[in-house]
Amino acid sequence: MTTTIFDAMAAQRNHATVGRHPAAAAAPAAASPAPDATASARAASSDVPPSPTGTQRLTFAKAITLGLRRALADDPKVLLMGEDIGRLGGVFRVTDGLQAEFGEDRVVDTPLAESGIVGTAIGLAMRGYRPVVEIQFDGFIFPAYDQITTQLAKMHYRSKGALQLPVVIRVPYGGGIGAVEHHSESPEVLFAHTAGLRVVTPSSPAEAYALIQQAITSPDPVLFFEPKGRYWEKGDVDLDAAAPAPHGSTATGMDSARVVRTGTDVTLVAYGPTVATAVKAAEAAAAEGTSIEVVDLRTLSPLDTATVAESVRRTGRCVVVHEAPVTYGSGAEVAARITEDCFFHLEAPVLRVGGFATPYPVAKIEHDYLPGLDRVLDAVDRALAF
Amino acid sequence: MLPAVEGGPLADEGLVQLLTPAGERVENPEYDRYVAHLSDDDLRAMYRDMVLTRRFDTEATALQRQGELALFAQALGQEAAQIGSGHALKPQDHVFPSYREHGVAHVRGVELAQVLRLFRGVDHGGWDPVAHGFHLYTLVIGSHTLHATGYAMGVQRDGLVGTGDDERDTAVVAYFGDGATSQGDVSEALVFAAVNDAPVVLFCQNNQWAISEPTTRQAAAPIAARAPGFGIPAVRVDGNDVLASYAVTAQALERARSGGGPTFVEAFTYRMGAHTTSDDPSRYRTSEQEEHWRRRDPIDRLRTYLESRGALPAEFVDALQAEADAFGERLRTQVRAMGHPSSASMFEHVYATPHAGVEADRAWFEKYESSFLDAREGSHR
Repeated sequence: MTTTIFDAMAAQRNHATVGRHPAAAAAPAAASPAPDATASARAASSDVPPSPTGTQRLTFAKAITLGLRRALADDPKVLLMGEDIGRLGGVFRVTDGLQAEFGEDRVVDTPLAESGIVGTAIGLAMRGYRPVVEIQFDGFIFPAYDQITTQLAKMHYRSKGALQLPVVIRVPYGGGIGAVEHHSESPEVLFAHTAGLRVVTPSSPAEAYALIQQAITSPDPVLFFEPKGRYWEKGDVDLDAAAPAPHGSTATGMDSARVVRTGTDVTLVAYGPTVATAVKAAEAAAAEGTSIEVVDLRTLSPLDTATVAESVRRTGRCVVVHEAPVTYGSGAEVAARITEDCFFHLEAPVLRVGGFATPYPVAKIEHDYLPGLDRVLDAVDRALAF
Repeated sequence: MLPAVEGGPLADEGLVQLLTPAGERVENPEYDRYVAHLSDDDLRAMYRDMVLTRRFDTEATALQRQGELALFAQALGQEAAQIGSGHALKPQDHVFPSYREHGVAHVRGVELAQVLRLFRGVDHGGWDPVAHGFHLYTLVIGSHTLHATGYAMGVQRDGLVGTGDDERDTAVVAYFGDGATSQGDVSEALVFAAVNDAPVVLFCQNNQWAISEPTTRQAAAPIAARAPGFGIPAVRVDGNDVLASYAVTAQALERARSGGGPTFVEAFTYRMGAHTTSDDPSRYRTSEQEEHWRRRDPIDRLRTYLESRGALPAEFVDALQAEADAFGERLRTQVRAMGHPSSASMFEHVYATPHAGVEADRAWFEKYESSFLDAREGSHR
């Protein structure tokens, strides 16, 4: 009788594990009892050329690449994981060149399994690593939704702080690239609604460069939503400005909204892809004599209500703009908070501009779904008409 | 006896067995070497752990019936699979349990009363997962097989596989049930474990039931048969045989620690109790089946073996009985003394760093609470 009836595969396996990982290769068997993988990885990372400095004009995508690169160079525990992120550099090339520079164990091409990617990232984080996971497209995050909401978000709470899970999940999100279905979604509110997660989204290359590093140093899990329709837009990035705060610091700078443009008549609240739209709307309105203040939320969890409220107390009017459906969306949250905080300062109800209560439409008509300049200005006019 | 089941997930064919149900030691050329070093003291230690685990089950079930616990999930009948595998672990190994791994928890030094904090509703966990190398129970079926695999990938990166140093080489074990193998996460764990050669043992306790659904609703072939399709060697073991459970786990752990990659273990056993105390197994299974498995009781089997060797002296049995009684009494006292968590504790540890939303809610709640105290000169509860 063969007892191990299923072990035929064992003989065929290529047991190449030992030595394949730089840390393992660098630590001889007879070395000190305490493993010093960190030191060996640091030694490895000292071979990496220094990060670029100064102010450069970069695309949004390249700014994230350099932010990731700096995080990889600074901390040997940082790992990138995702589908096609290695040799290909990701379908949007955000991780372009990083595997060549940092190796297959730091920039990990994973199996095509989103729950598996996030679930194993959780395990790696428990072991002291800082995985940065790429979900290839927004619509593919749902297979990982269970791991993110029931496991990643809750582990610190359940363990009463014994376990920290500093996992970053990068999600290219939103529309405007003419994609097929499930490649343009705005699921950010699902995660902002889940306690235990931080949810951030940059609106410019400079913001993206700083925010990705802050997200990686955060001891909490962070959903990092990248407005994929802006990946190719350029902006000036000060590569020296955003030295990340040390691990565990509360001063990562992630939790605050930012006034992008000042004005006196209406506050436009936007985040991620719609910030640029809001700024354009403000410029157009200025030509007609209306002064618009634009606030970039930057973070949906926590929501920096104070910065928005301060603006609305001055302008008396507020319009919230996002790509996600208006129904139960982040605009509803902002509107409710502002109504509570600024009721006696409001000259008009808080209005919302966003996606419709439909599935994301086909690419040929997505310009009618996305909140563009005209719909934003229409809402501004309605607010001023009260 | 029930008719033998041929083929399929309920067949008990090809099981590694070192002790027959009658408690007779049978030779096994492949696995004998993994148990050769075990002394009678070691076997008695396993016997003790099985008896205490069962006592824990009995007491916790009673506590639930008395209204002291909201729910309890018994490990009744699975003691050999848990104690045998648990004893094969080294201190540096890490365990990712499901939610009825009380025997493994006990072996890992978790005080079993702490396990009941979850079931009493005073805690979402109950013990320090880092200190014991025994992670928190996982209620979402199969999720933790991925955590175990990822953790094992971290162990690899730490250079703690295949160094040849017994004190350093580290393995990870995930415990899950037959029902969990229907979940996508378990298949994804097999994929990740296989392609990464992760030092993980995927230990499936096939206890024949996923609440009321038999294994035949989860699988059309033996559960272990699927692992080789992922490139992972698998072994079926008699999960009611503590020696065999020890041996196959020791082999799998050795493979993992030495850099040989993952192993899938199917421990063929039976959940003699209900799924949880909310369940009524009489609705879905026959008394004949339960009786069939009662005759294969894992504790009886080891006791018979030890007695046949003259290795279970009356003094040991009496002392163990007294220890179990004292343990039961202590458990009852500890559970009733667990107290009530403060309402404000719900705001603790949501995040590792302050979060404005949580802090605002906390501030509001504290103000609200204090308003009652001001009004009534005392607790409003």
